[in-house]
Amino acid sequence: MEQMLGEGLIELKVNGENRKALVRPADTLLYALRERLGLTGAKPGCENGDCGACTVLVDGWPIKSCLILAVEAVGHEVTTIEGLNNAPIQKAFVEKFAFQCGYCTPGFIMNCQGLINIHPDASDQVMHDWLQSNICRCTSYQEIGEAIKSVLHSSEA
Amino acid sequence: MIPFDFEYYLPGSVEHAIQQFQNLDQQGKNPMYYGGGTEIISMARMANISTGAVIDIKDIPQCKVLEFQEDHLVIGAGVTLTQIHESNLYPLLAQAGARVADHTIQNKITLGGNLCGTIIYREAVLPLLLADSEVVLAGPVGCKTLPINQIFKERMQLNKGEFIVQVRTLQSFLSCPYVHVKRTKEDKIHYPLLTICAIQVGNQVRTAFSGVCDFPFRSQEMESELNNSSLTVEQRVDNAITITPGLIPSNLEGSAGYRKFILRNLLISILYTLEA
Repeated sequence: MEQMLGEGLIELKVNGENRKALVRPADTLLYALRERLGLTGAKPGCENGDCGACTVLVDGWPIKSCLILAVEAVGHEVTTIEGLNNAPIQKAFVEKFAFQCGYCTPGFIMNCQGLINIHPDASDQVMHDWLQSNICRCTSYQEIGEAIKSVLHSSEA
Repeated sequence: MIPFDFEYYLPGSVEHAIQQFQNLDQQGKNPMYYGGGTEIISMARMANISTGAVIDIKDIPQCKVLEFQEDHLVIGAGVTLTQIHESNLYPLLAQAGARVADHTIQNKITLGGNLCGTIIYREAVLPLLLADSEVVLAGPVGCKTLPINQIFKERMQLNKGEFIVQVRTLQSFLSCPYVHVKRTKEDKIHYPLLTICAIQVGNQVRTAFSGVCDFPFRSQEMESELNNSSLTVEQRVDNAITITPGLIPSNLEGSAGYRKFILRNLLISILYTLEA
């Protein structure tokens, strides 16, 4: 899209499907996903790029959807938590009890999924660097670490 | 939600971007060039900035390069800090960029955006100052290439309508021995109490700082003191920290006295490391 001058329809590729969304150029991807496409898995937290609750994958990389305009995502592949189909990391979160209230969970899982896709053999240091992008106020960090470690280095990833 | 509207432009060439900026400016739309956009979005959401149009430079081919061209490493302004880190072509820059904000945001922050940001730390500039990098600028009067040590004085000194296209760094600087240290008040993910980058070129140590003053800097005067081999390391450091180019601030990250204490100890450690 070369330009967008006002509210209008954009086409986003989300979870493998082409979806049309009515947005303003100033609307974030988080807003478009939740309010226009009904994909409420990405959670609004700080909306300032600090908490990571709104993390989605854009072309496989974790991105905080509060810090990307919806129009910037045109032409890119967006994956939300709804696009994961019982992925190993989702099962690992359940098996390791890696959440309490669950609000941060979709963001954590998407970040983990990005790491699994891009660096399936990530070291503990790399894993730590990536996961510091997300905050869990219930402090489930130990269990979250165990969940992703159980998937990294495994053929299931 | 951003509480005002703006237009979005995605030019495919440098010339087109400049033309659009001029047109939009003439229309009174106060246009802004847009890289990763993280700072623009977060500040716009808080109504701390206002614009009628953003011009996204990420589709301009020259802004996307990350490659060697003859004896220079060329990095486009639209290249993200993660791309720089993953490539590891300039290890010190990779390391400094990997401590800006957090990993997920580094997937969005661009080199040009970090250099031109309004947040005072701009840590990606430090390795570029040390390596005497050059900045390729484009603007209404054409393109020009300037030493970063000339164009970066406390912040990028850009004229209206100009934007950074690329940063060029001589390959010979990329493998210099280096040290990168960032200290924060609490967590790893935080604004710096202070960040120091240092490289050794021949028998001379170069240093650049963020968080020591209200702007990032490299000081020739401080480097002269730090390289005065007639004095002990401790004497050199004590002399250097008396001539910082601005006041050492007291703020939420730490008091001036604490910053000075940490600065002194880190500089001593860095000199011993690089001169060993």
